Amino acid sequence: MTAALRALLWRDLLVALRRPSDVATALLFFVVVASLFPLGTGAGPNLLREVAPGVIWVAALLSSMLSLQRLFAADHADGTLEQLVLGASPLGVAAAAKVLGHWLVSGLPLVAIAPAIALQYDLSPRLYGTLALSLLLGTPVLSLIGAIGAALTLGVRGGGVLLALLVLPLYVPVLILGAGSVAQASAGLAPDAQLELLGALLAVSAAFAPWAVAAALRIAME
Amino acid sequence: MNATIRWFWFASPQTFFPLAGTIARACGWLAVPLAAAGLYVGFFVAPTDAQQGEAYRIIFIHVPAAWMSMFLYVVMAFWAAVGLAFNTRLSAMLASAIAPTGALLTFLALWTGSLWGRPTWGAYWVWDARLTSELILLFLYLGFMALQASIEDPRRADRAGALLAIVGVVNVPVIYYSVQWWNTLHQGASVSLTRAPSMAAAMLAGMLLMALAFWMYGLWASLTRLRCIIRERERA
Repeated sequence: MTAALRALLWRDLLVALRRPSDVATALLFFVVVASLFPLGTGAGPNLLREVAPGVIWVAALLSSMLSLQRLFAADHADGTLEQLVLGASPLGVAAAAKVLGHWLVSGLPLVAIAPAIALQYDLSPRLYGTLALSLLLGTPVLSLIGAIGAALTLGVRGGGVLLALLVLPLYVPVLILGAGSVAQASAGLAPDAQLELLGALLAVSAAFAPWAVAAALRIAME
Repeated sequence: MNATIRWFWFASPQTFFPLAGTIARACGWLAVPLAAAGLYVGFFVAPTDAQQGEAYRIIFIHVPAAWMSMFLYVVMAFWAAVGLAFNTRLSAMLASAIAPTGALLTFLALWTGSLWGRPTWGAYWVWDARLTSELILLFLYLGFMALQASIEDPRRADRAGALLAIVGVVNVPVIYYSVQWWNTLHQGASVSLTRAPSMAAAMLAGMLLMALAFWMYGLWASLTRLRCIIRERERA
């Protein structure tokens, strides 16, 4: 079972490595969206410092959602997904491997690049730790919940827009807690409560989401 | 006496179709006098509120609509889950028949709430926990309907929608308890089963009459829509 998980994860990472432009596009999208806000709202340092956590989190949400459409599409098109459904190892494990691969390729780079955006927004350096930690806890939840939406809209007409409609409302708790933790820290208070709730969200969604993804994939494949 | 109860007798769309018609007609006819009585009590009998003046009277629409919006989502998710587990066609049809009514009542709750908020809070909309979670409920209903509408095969649409409805049901307790958990601008519940009501008897009577009217309306609309769906799908 772990062998299947490892093999699938390794394959997904290799595919991502061979086509680095896919990864780069989502990352670039994150940077571009975050750069648009100062141009739209005006670049007063006080305003920017105040909106920075929310803007970074919204950009992360959108960027994570953008790469979701590719999560199962290629495997669906070339028949790999059918083999996974028919295969000996539980489909939930395969779903978990796909989600983990998605997070490593699209979530983790956001954590790494977020301080650069924070710098643009003149966020105080002491908040970088909280920002990175909240993204580290929150972006896997985005991949987990998003994978359910990606599996449900697999091969459906108008899938991209529909995926956004399904997934974004479910992302709201992550957004509130993630941006809230940084705002709390910038107000000089301990962000523990928000971070712990994010951790709880991660634990619950990591336990249940892979099986929901597996159920959704079965529905899509029959 | 034969002890086996035929639980699944009405699980077939054909046998439920006439029963749904009877229930829908009865509920439809009950909804009209209940709503008339509720509105009469609400607008003419109930006293003016000491703090909010006449503007509070919108709660006679707002509170029942908000109750029903949450309740219908749970009912929808329940029947969707039954449909997914037992593979019964009728349950899935009922779930998709409830969704538009639920979305309508959610929208009504938000709309009346914002009309009430303007004179009372001074703003049509605030980003309060209960308002936000109710807005998300509306998005969940719309997402459910959009997902079902975009899948051609009705069986796949049923099952995909069911899974989404079950995932989204997490939001309902969040809405219900949001006023307690976050101590929000939106006031706490005015009606409770465990303690004496915090309002005049006439106000309570008006609200309960309106709640019953909304129940009847919800049943009528959902079952009538269910009959349309049965007709559409079972044509062959």
